[in-house]
Amino acid sequence: MAKNFSEMTWKEFGLAFMVTNPGCSAEYRTGDWRSQKPIIDKSKCIKCGICYLSCPDGAINLAADGTYDFDYDHCKGCGICATECWTGCISMVEEEK
Amino acid sequence: MAKKIGIEVSLAISEAVKLADVDAIAAYPITPQTHIVEHLSELVADGDLNAEFIPVESEHSAMSVCAGTSAAGARTYTATSSQGLALMNEILFIIPALRLPIVMTLANRALSGPISIWNDHSDLMSVRDTGWIAMFAENGQEAFDLTLQSFKIAEDHRVMLPISVNIDGFTLSHVIEPHEFLSQEEVDQFLPTYDPLIQLNPDKPVSMGIVGIPEIYFEAKKAQDVALIESKEVIKEVFKDFGDRFGRYYKVIESYRTEDAETVLLTMGSIGETAMEAIDIMKDEQGKKVGLLRLRLWRPFPVQELREMVKGIKTLAVIDRAVSFGGTGGPVGGEIRSALYSTEDRPYVASFIAGLGGRDVTIQDFMDMVNLAEKMEAEQEVHEYKMIGVRE
Repeated sequence: MAKNFSEMTWKEFGLAFMVTNPGCSAEYRTGDWRSQKPIIDKSKCIKCGICYLSCPDGAINLAADGTYDFDYDHCKGCGICATECWTGCISMVEEEK
Repeated sequence: MAKKIGIEVSLAISEAVKLADVDAIAAYPITPQTHIVEHLSELVADGDLNAEFIPVESEHSAMSVCAGTSAAGARTYTATSSQGLALMNEILFIIPALRLPIVMTLANRALSGPISIWNDHSDLMSVRDTGWIAMFAENGQEAFDLTLQSFKIAEDHRVMLPISVNIDGFTLSHVIEPHEFLSQEEVDQFLPTYDPLIQLNPDKPVSMGIVGIPEIYFEAKKAQDVALIESKEVIKEVFKDFGDRFGRYYKVIESYRTEDAETVLLTMGSIGETAMEAIDIMKDEQGKKVGLLRLRLWRPFPVQELREMVKGIKTLAVIDRAVSFGGTGGPVGGEIRSALYSTEDRPYVASFIAGLGGRDVTIQDFMDMVNLAEKMEAEQEVHEYKMIGVRE
């Protein structure tokens, strides 16, 4: 989005406030909603991908070595990945302000 | 001009919808709207109208289907009444917010309870603030003409809003009247094929109906209100275009014999025809200085036109056909007082409620209302509203 929509006037939005550039929700950074942050101990990761499949926000990405990294710009800290992880390699820690 | 054909008003409306060559119809039958959709379903089944007729299990579904077909770029029509409109309520708000130009005939019927299939305006008034353009026909010819004009207004790229064409249940819907039809060629020249501004199309995806977080919801509502207010100029433009082509001119507020009038009645819908009879008798036989205003456009409310047209009038008697329970007047009466409050030399506004649930409003009732309004004006009576024709 060229301009932050919280600065746009009512005249600057398109007809019926439709979204005409699909996928633009990624521009909305939801990471700051988080109170707990997932961290991964890659030594215990078996590369099964259950965290990747379980994430409701698509905020887990496949790393080059076959393990997984978190997209902290969009992870809301729901903790589903940590609950689902087979080996317990993901843990949730308090966010430090 | 074509010769006049005697036909039931409901069927004339269906024929107008056929002439408009709609692409999709989704409706659920309810008295007194039934004949309109019955006839349309016949036209589609017989191959006379090339449209999708989508039968549904409720009015909530009917309006939801209409949202979908309109969003996909189809010229979309539906019709309902009373409880059916009430069941559509949730979706009615979403249609103008999505700027979908659906045309709906509303055969006005009283809302329950007590259960009533008969005519008043309580159904429309219950959805007053949904953001639809709302206009009233007074007779079958107006219903036919306004239906065709509504598609052109709604689909204008400066408007892109839904319209309800209101016809009084039974009083219009079930009455056989002479109608002057237009030919398919005339309609095709007047009404171009629907050209959607934005539509659901896999080749060019869009998201409709997104969440309005606090940072944008307010702006969305402002844009919607401005669109509705500004649609009035397009409505007037289309009315003029239609008149220039076919000789029948429409106005957002119609006037009848208001020259030199001191006391003026204001009506919406078919009771205007009876009111005209009463005005003729009072003017011609009793020498009274009276006249009539008929509000055709209810939303957007023609506030500037009203202020202009009541200049010099001493008493304005507004007749509502719905109650705003616990309020300060009927919906129309309250609106008109509000529109005139800040103007100088405004007329005294007498607010009457009459004709609820199919109760007749007679010529004598109109004459009584004129006399009562003049008496109230003379005494500058402070009042909220008076019910006319109720047994005390």
